[in-house]
This record gives sequence, structure tokens and C-alpha cells, in this order.
Amino acid sequence: MELTVGPNQFFWSADRWTSFHDDLASAPVDRVVLGELVCSKRLPFYQDRIPDAIGTLIEAGKEVALTSLALVTLKRERKLTSELAEMGVEVEINDLTALAHLPEGIRFSVGPLVNVYNEGTIAWLASRGAARICLPPELPLASVETLTAAATNLGVAIEVWGHGRLPLAISGRCYHARLHGRTKDNCQFACEDDPDGLDIQTLDGQPFLAMNGVQTLSDTYACAAYQIGALEKSGVAALRLSPQSNGFGELSRLYRQLLDGECDADHVADAIGRIDGNIRLSDGFLTGARGVDWSGKPAQP
Amino acid sequence: MVMEIVCPAGTPAALRAAVKAGAHTIYCGFADETNARNFPGLNFDRAEMREGVAFAHSHGTKVLIAINTFPRAGDEAIWHRAVSDAESCGADAVILADIGLLDYAARNHPGLRRHLSVQAAAANADVINFYADAFGVKRVVLPRVLSVPEIAAINAETEVETEVFVFGGLCVMAEGRCSLSSYATGLSPNMNGVCSPASHVEYHDDDGVLDARLGGYTIHRVEAKDSAPYPTLCKGCFSTGDKTGHLFEDAVSLNAEQLIPQLQKAGVIALKIEGRQRSRSYVAQVVRNFRAAVDALEAGKPMPEGMLARLSEGQAMTTGAYKKTWR
Repeated sequence: MELTVGPNQFFWSADRWTSFHDDLASAPVDRVVLGELVCSKRLPFYQDRIPDAIGTLIEAGKEVALTSLALVTLKRERKLTSELAEMGVEVEINDLTALAHLPEGIRFSVGPLVNVYNEGTIAWLASRGAARICLPPELPLASVETLTAAATNLGVAIEVWGHGRLPLAISGRCYHARLHGRTKDNCQFACEDDPDGLDIQTLDGQPFLAMNGVQTLSDTYACAAYQIGALEKSGVAALRLSPQSNGFGELSRLYRQLLDGECDADHVADAIGRIDGNIRLSDGFLTGARGVDWSGKPAQP
Repeated sequence: MVMEIVCPAGTPAALRAAVKAGAHTIYCGFADETNARNFPGLNFDRAEMREGVAFAHSHGTKVLIAINTFPRAGDEAIWHRAVSDAESCGADAVILADIGLLDYAARNHPGLRRHLSVQAAAANADVINFYADAFGVKRVVLPRVLSVPEIAAINAETEVETEVFVFGGLCVMAEGRCSLSSYATGLSPNMNGVCSPASHVEYHDDDGVLDARLGGYTIHRVEAKDSAPYPTLCKGCFSTGDKTGHLFEDAVSLNAEQLIPQLQKAGVIALKIEGRQRSRSYVAQVVRNFRAAVDALEAGKPMPEGMLARLSEGQAMTTGAYKKTWR
């Protein structure tokens, strides 16, 4: 199974963004999706770094794709979306708007924020040129199995959300701005202080969600380590790791070792806890009663 | 042309009440997981749907059938049957969100008019026109992330009719793009047709404090003498750092009645009322009020004022994303 690094979901400084992608050149990953997924206002801060990052990663032998925004509403967002293909790498659509702008028949990939829940949707996307689909994280293992079989028959590779805070919702409203008493248009980039999202607790102090501008994420970090066997058996082609600010290189090595049979899931869970003792894990969307559930060992600090 | 009032009906009785109250159009769903209001005791079996459509048509009212969840892998036949049955029941259109289902309906039921559900979150003219080209979509229900000027801009660039929500529950997140509910409860709008389901709600009265919980998470806390709002996830009270409050949205509902003239100028064809889970008397009252409003507008008379405040059950009202500062 391959490892894909998904697009960074957070607002990082241009330097942090660059050094993260430089490091990926030597990480044991096969594919990197980069670009802005969450908020078009962040893009000007690092947009000019994207061509170099693409070049470095391709030179290092990585496949590279460019993501679309997850929600396209404004005129300048439509323009940005229409220009994605001009960068010369494969486009990962995360809103159907991006597909509307791709030349018909061109090969593209589909990100986890496009609603792919059934065989009919996969068949239609394949007929339009989809070569790879990262399934929505919400899907249970039974659906993953059925969809992977259908996709494989059509020559489409299936990817599954393997690690990272889960993208649970996207909105027209910026919650970071709201928290600071501002509106989205005058946000003053309130999200830049939270490189992994801002933790949200319930009134009982129970960790629950994470705020990331217009996006809402899970508090827990999804971790598919205990389902690797089932995913491999289904024919899943790749596991997606979502960027985090801390220990990502080590994380990618861990998952590579797991996929190569060099360590087990318990080892991965322990090691994630050593990277960051505050991380709580979940794999409930794949196997549990609820998304937040975790079937494995609690991560130990 | 007078703006079309599109009214919810969760039961045959509500459908008849809405028709009699003057709704131009009714939307409803089958009693299963194919629609996004899959609540116990709600919706129509096939015979009820056929009779409901016939009743509505005899009064000159149209019926739209929402088949707007995302078909489960391996079980698409359930959704395909719903589309087929909608056509044989005489529905004037189906409201769909899933790409695969839109493709299926376009190929197998070309004569059945297709509307794009709000659950598809089609939020700009490019993607709306794309849905029209690919699947022959004739109308789009716009997601609740757009301001009135943005809606006007969309209408300037598309031939697809636009329908917007004007009253009732308010999704804060882009519709069809939210799995908060399944994260906390295992059940989601996209997969199960429910959000923050009642089956996972608990109220705890502890020493004068009343907690409303969803999936074990405390969403609201009030003094026991007060009534706790229903624990809808995105309208809950949470904390971060030293701040506690409604971080996503207050416990509000949508009321855009005063924006109706602006929405008409923006090119909107139809005004949608949320609430298939509501009682028939509620539905009838809301329809009467909105019908009066659009009739007044058509006759060049001023809009009736504040007509619906008492129907909001003491909840605060918002015009949501229609005013840009909401963002």
C-alpha cells in the first residue's frame, strides 16, 4: 500500500510550509497533495512557494497533486479554481467546482471532501477521468470494501483517510474570526496561532472538536493502524496521512514500517503517544459505533 | 411572477393542511433512509405519497419528492426504487444530492424533473451550470452560505432556477459536507438522513442544573427551572481557552421574511420553508404568512411585519448568511 500526504489543513507561515514540504522529499511517502483546501485568504501568504515545492517533490520521485478549495463561493475563488490545471500537475478536486473547470477527459483525482458514497458515483467520476479517489472519512469498513472492489474494476485507485484530525465540516462562517469578535472579511488571520487547530471542549471540559477557521475538525486524530490488514485485503491502494505540525517525518516512517510489516499497530499507537502525549486517537468511522470511538490501545505519553 | 412558496410536509395531514393554506408547492419524502428527514413516525409510504400527490394536484399544488441522502454502497437499489416510485406517484420533480443518483435518474427517468438538493452544497454559478449540463438539473436549492448579492450574481450567470431557505432550522455548516453528527453519534445527515438524532439525546437534572447531552457530550447547560434547547451539535455551548459560549452559532433559527423583496430582485424563484418534522398547524400558519407576504409583494403592497416571530418558539431569529456580516 502507498502512503499519500494530504494537503495541509491549517494556516502555517510560508517558512513552516516550505520546510514541511522540503522534509517530505526525504520522507518514505509516495504521493503528496498540496495547495489550499480550507480558506482562500491564506493562499497569498505561501502561493509563490508552491512551484518550488512541486519541483522539489517531483525531483525526489514523489507523485504530486494540487488540491482545490473545499468550498468555492467568491469570484476570486472561482478564478483560482479555474487556474488549478495550469500548474501542470494532477488536480485533486475537493469541490465539484474544480471538475467543472477541468478539460473533459483529463485525468484527475478526487479528495475526501467530495461525497463519494456509492458505486454509481464512482462509475460517473471514473467516466469523467478520475484515476484515484480518497474516500470520505465518514465511511465504514463495509462501504470501503464494496467501493474499493467497484473502483478497482474501473481502474480507479482507492485511498483511505489513515491519520490526522478529521475534517468534519466546512462553513461560510469563520469561527476563529467569530471567537475574536470579527467577521470573516476582517478576520486578521486569527487562525494563524493554531498550527493544528484550536481545541474545543464541552462544558464538562471533555475534549471534543478543533476549530480551524471555516473548518471544524475532530479533537481526535484518526488512526487506521488497526485496520491495515482489512484495508489491504480490500485492495485499498493508499493510506492518507494528514499533515500535523509535530513529528510528521517520524509519523510517516511509522506508517511505512507498519505497511511493510516491520511493526504492529500497538507499536504505532505507542509511538504516536511519544510524538505528542496530548493526542487522542480514533478509528470509529471505520469500525466503531461512532466516529470518535477507538478500537486500539490508548496512546501513552 | 409571484414567488413560489415551497412548503414541507412530514405527514399526509400536513400536506393537506399546507395545500389548503395556499402553498404553491409541497416537498416531502418516503418513510425510509432515502431522505434527509428520516425521523420516526414521519414521511410517506408509497400509497400515501400517491394519494398526497393526487390531492395536491387537484388543488393546483405541485409536489417535490426529496431523495437527498447519499445511497449506501451495496444498497443503491433502495434509492433507485425511490426515484422510480416518485415518478410513478406523479411527483413534479425529485430533489437529489448524490452524483451517482443524479446520473441514474437522468439516464433512466429523463422525463422526471430534477432539482439539486441543498445537500449538494452547490455554492457558485460554475458548479450549478455543471450540474445542469451533466445531469439536466432545472433548479438548485442554494446552500445557506451565500449573501443576497452573491445569490444575485449567481442568477445573473445561470439559467437554472434558484430556491432559497427563508424560514426554520438553520444549518451553520455547508449542507451535505458535515459529519459532526456521525462523529458523536454514528448517525449522519448524509448516510442516515438524521442530524443530532433524538435517539442519542439525554437530559440530566443534577442538583438544579439541567444538561442536554448528545452522544454523551454535554451540548447545553441551563438552570433546571429553564428549558434546555435541543442539543443540535453546531448550536451548542462549548469552551476554548478562557472563552465559553456558542462558538459556532447561537440557538437561533432562520427568518428571512423581511428579505423577500431583495431575494426576488436577486432573481430567486422559490422560497423554501424548513420543517418536515413540524406539526400541520405550524406548517399551515407559516404557509399562510409567507403566502400573504409574496402576494403583497406581487400586488406592490408593503410586506406584513414580524408575522412569524411567535412561531419561533422563543428562539432568537437570524437572517443567517444572507447578510454578509454573519460570516
